[in-house]
Amino acid sequence: MIPVEFDYVKATSIDQALAALKSGGEDSKIISGGQSLLPVLRLRMAEPSVLVDCGGIDEMLGVRDDGDSITIGAATTHHGVMSNSLVQKHALLLAQATATVADPAIRHRGTTGGALAHADPASDIPAAALALDTSFVIAGPGGRRTVAAKDFFLDYFTTAVGPDEILVSFSIPKCDWGSSYSKFNRTAQAWAIVGVAAVVNVQGGVIKEARIGLTNMAPTAVRASTVEAALVGASSPADITAAAMHAADGTRATSDLHAQADYREHLARVITARAVRAASGI
Amino acid sequence: MTAAVETDTAIGKPIRRKEDAHLLHGQTNWTDNIQLPGTVHMAILRSPMAHAKITKLDVSGALKQPGVVAAYGAKELGDLNGGVPCVWPVTDDIKMPAFPALAIDKVRQVGDCVAVVLATSVAAAVDALDSIVVSYEQLPAVTDMEAALGSGSALVHDEIETNACYVYKMPCGDYEASRAKADVVVARRFINQRLIPTFMEPRSVVAAPMGMSDEITIWSATQIPHVLRVLLALVTGIPENNLRVVAPDVGGGFGGKLQCYREEILVTNLAKKLGRPVKWTETRSENLVATHHGRDQIQDIEIAATKDGKILGLKVTLLANMGAYLQIITPGVPLLGMFMYPAIYKMDSYDFTCTGVFTNKTPTDAYRGAGRPESTYAIERIVDELAAEIGMEPMELRKKNWIKHEEFPFTTVAGLTYDTGNYEAATEKALAMFDYDGLRAEQAQRRASGDPVQLGIGISTFTEMCGLAPSRTLGALKYVAGGWEHCTVRALPTGKIEVVTGTSPHGQGHETAWSQIASSILGVPVEDIEVIHSDTGRAPYGMDTYGSRSLAVGGQAIKAASERLVEKARVIAAHQLECSASDLEFVNGSFQVKGDPSKSQALGAVAFEAFTAHNLPPGVEPTLQAEATIDPEDFSYPHGTHLAALEVDTETGQVKLRKYVCVDDVGMQVNPMIVEGQVHGGVAQGIAQALFEGAEYDDDGNLLTASLADYLIPSAADLPSFETGSTVTPSTTHPLGTKGVGEAGTIASTPAIINGIVDALRHLGVTDVAMPAAPQTVWRAIQTAKGGAK
Ligand SMILES: Cc1cc2nc3c(=O)[nH]c(=O)nc-3n(C[C@H](O)[C@H](O)[C@H](O)COP(=O)(O)OP(=O)(O)OC[C@H]3O[C@@H](n4cnc5c(N)ncnc54)[C@H](O)[C@@H]3O)c2cc1C
Repeated sequence: MIPVEFDYVKATSIDQALAALKSGGEDSKIISGGQSLLPVLRLRMAEPSVLVDCGGIDEMLGVRDDGDSITIGAATTHHGVMSNSLVQKHALLLAQATATVADPAIRHRGTTGGALAHADPASDIPAAALALDTSFVIAGPGGRRTVAAKDFFLDYFTTAVGPDEILVSFSIPKCDWGSSYSKFNRTAQAWAIVGVAAVVNVQGGVIKEARIGLTNMAPTAVRASTVEAALVGASSPADITAAAMHAADGTRATSDLHAQADYREHLARVITARAVRAASGI
Repeated sequence: MTAAVETDTAIGKPIRRKEDAHLLHGQTNWTDNIQLPGTVHMAILRSPMAHAKITKLDVSGALKQPGVVAAYGAKELGDLNGGVPCVWPVTDDIKMPAFPALAIDKVRQVGDCVAVVLATSVAAAVDALDSIVVSYEQLPAVTDMEAALGSGSALVHDEIETNACYVYKMPCGDYEASRAKADVVVARRFINQRLIPTFMEPRSVVAAPMGMSDEITIWSATQIPHVLRVLLALVTGIPENNLRVVAPDVGGGFGGKLQCYREEILVTNLAKKLGRPVKWTETRSENLVATHHGRDQIQDIEIAATKDGKILGLKVTLLANMGAYLQIITPGVPLLGMFMYPAIYKMDSYDFTCTGVFTNKTPTDAYRGAGRPESTYAIERIVDELAAEIGMEPMELRKKNWIKHEEFPFTTVAGLTYDTGNYEAATEKALAMFDYDGLRAEQAQRRASGDPVQLGIGISTFTEMCGLAPSRTLGALKYVAGGWEHCTVRALPTGKIEVVTGTSPHGQGHETAWSQIASSILGVPVEDIEVIHSDTGRAPYGMDTYGSRSLAVGGQAIKAASERLVEKARVIAAHQLECSASDLEFVNGSFQVKGDPSKSQALGAVAFEAFTAHNLPPGVEPTLQAEATIDPEDFSYPHGTHLAALEVDTETGQVKLRKYVCVDDVGMQVNPMIVEGQVHGGVAQGIAQALFEGAEYDDDGNLLTASLADYLIPSAADLPSFETGSTVTPSTTHPLGTKGVGEAGTIASTPAIINGIVDALRHLGVTDVAMPAAPQTVWRAIQTAKGGAK
């Protein structure tokens, strides 16, 4: 289909983008890669009057080393993120998750920040961001604020970024633990039925600490905290399988064409065990 | 039937496809690329409900919107609201309800056309749809075929007072007697799910009055420009001689563009009414809901056999979903499968019954294989189930019952005569390529160790009937059209050749293959031959492309016309060389006096003589061209053996296809590379039915798989590298020795996959897995077999 008519502003600074958002009023929207927004517009599920393109704002592009953490501009493409050496070295899990997004064409257009701001429960990026303890820099009319991962994802397609705000960047504390993103889907380019993002700190063959994010098991990505706790001290595949039995605890899996909730819960357990084993080498 | 090829032969060479360069360089002329001055664009208001009364429809608001030229509901359209035709009334008492282009009073499927807006831009037309006022009174949707036939069901068409469209029976032999004699009777219900053709180029149509005459030219992304012209003439009342239909570059069809669609009727009528070009291109969302669907049968299959594995009889009882309306050959599709349930097997009796059922869903019609994928799936699945029941190796059971190569020609229990075949040779070759014994050993080892990943081996030894085909037979089946094909071959004064064919390629590579056939006979290089097609103005006679018929039927016409051209030229050459025609031999494109090669005349020189006409023999007319219209003796019967090795993850239900080997016998191969391409694409599409694709509706008749995010089509990343091979058993009823290949892969591969999954899990108690075998479906089948919940 064809979207309704809209104005288009290509911003070159955050201030300009914020001003454009404000002048467009309620109906204005940020566009990054357009890979989620354009389908919505074409199906006329949204009819914005102004689109503000942040792809030309330097501050929102690229990856920089901040000492203990790395900071990724929200408008960096998936491809730019997954192929960046800082990301591969200090936040490998994010590169692993990003590499499973759609196909190369979409990864060259779509942005990792756009995926985080869009907060599709089936998106692969939020679970990785949770497991990596990411923090988010949000700019708005009142200035900038930083939001922790646990406070960022609020509900279906809803984050801490308000309608008059912009996600500028996100920062990830450097992490050299073993990691794995295990995505369960039906075709190579399909969205996850369930995805598991795991980073695991193993010392002397024993798991000291693990952080696990789940994709598509609730209205937002969630941490599998019961599993994380149960994994401490695990040293065998059987230990991991036993801990992973808690993967669906506290989740709110839904039913759709590809999976009923009970099957999703079952998958979460199986895939969590596999992801933790891959990440830990146990 | 003279010997085909004596000169240097392009036939049989894997020549690169002539048509690919322009496709790869983006030089294509898709219908949607056609931009005519003054065009108005049509947008369609479609029903969001599967079954409802239209209680109010007011299009006047749309007329006030910017850019809008016209807007119509059924009432405003009046006589121009032509009915979509069905050309295959399969029985005398078939119910054929009207199918107006714009719904009148009632909608019967999500996607039914309710109103149209015409505007100077697509955007303006789409925007104006919002200004149409329409109200519906929802009616209960008919979505389940068995419930549809029950008393008390809502009726899709009130006026026919039933949801049963027809009942077709074909009893062959005495099945009850076979059943009484049998030691074993295995009965299964298979669901051959609904599929959506999802070709790459969406449907698109442009119609334009041509000004200088009464002609209206229609460009359409269609497989059937010739048939469409006839049908549009009948439906619209515009004289056939005033209609020209052109199929420009067409990006795939798979049967989905074998149709006379309501949108084509609307665009044609409105172009005439408004006196200016009208254009419509569907969106992918419209494509999924309004392009005809395929398959959708409930198959109750019963096979009767002795305990040592001799098949005695087969009983097939089908419910075939017509959808909301009958389109071009909707009722006939199951009958294309009817003859093929007995497949390669010998048996005493066969009993076939099919009931066509109306539901509030998108109409079904031909989709790659059309009827034969359904029959092949059923027979190959039930043969595996019989093998399991009597404890016999499934390939051994097949060997015991198939027609042996020395028994051809063989008349089957269904009454067809297969001309040739060699199932032994194809199977032997496939087994060797596959490492059948090695994989069986690995399977045993995985079972013994209780590996969570089990290995399955799936077999499909298929045959099919294709190359539609003998007009007499089609007539006997009440199909309204014939099955012949036409070719004109013209030698131009400069020695170049035009091959004018009635086939209508949309990706198959006809330009290359047809050039190879003509080149072999005329001795003219492939690059000097132009194949003209898909335009009723330039190629007036044809039956178009579907049913793997183009080479099997059209190829013969090219051969015959080319041979006639040589004979015509021979007379002229003999006159020029002052000898008798019988003294000439035709070698490498040149007539030579036997025994004196210094005296010769090339075909091009003969063409020039025919053009100047200064010195033609008495009674010979100027110009050099020949025609042939061929109606084949019979269908063609390709066959082959397909083998799949699959890994099934019993913890998640995920199926991974590890190896796929197929050996196809499609007779003589004009271009082995094109054959291989057809096999690859076909196999992928058949695997897609087994593992990925399936149109899902909810109880209200809403299509749930309404985008490509939910209707999953696999890509190369989801499939292994296929290992293809072939055997060549030439057809004896087709002078080139060819058989069809366009659908073979799709027909063969689906049961190989499901047989493989069941084979991997049979020791766990699984006896069937529904298609598509999505991970959840497979996992639940395992849970159920284990006696667990769900
Ligand atoms: C066919 C297909 C398959 C896909 N498969 C997957 C998959 O498997 N896994 C997966 O994770 N994703 C998948 N995606 C989505 C992909 O990751 C998108 O790139 C991503 O969701 C959105 O990024 P974008 O830059 O395109 O954002 P856009 O589409 O431009 O925007 C998305 C939303 O976020 C808002 N937004 C964007 N940037 C900002 C910002 N800086 N500040 C505030 N709001 C902002 C927009 O206003 C809009 O509401 C797929 C997309 C397609 C088309």
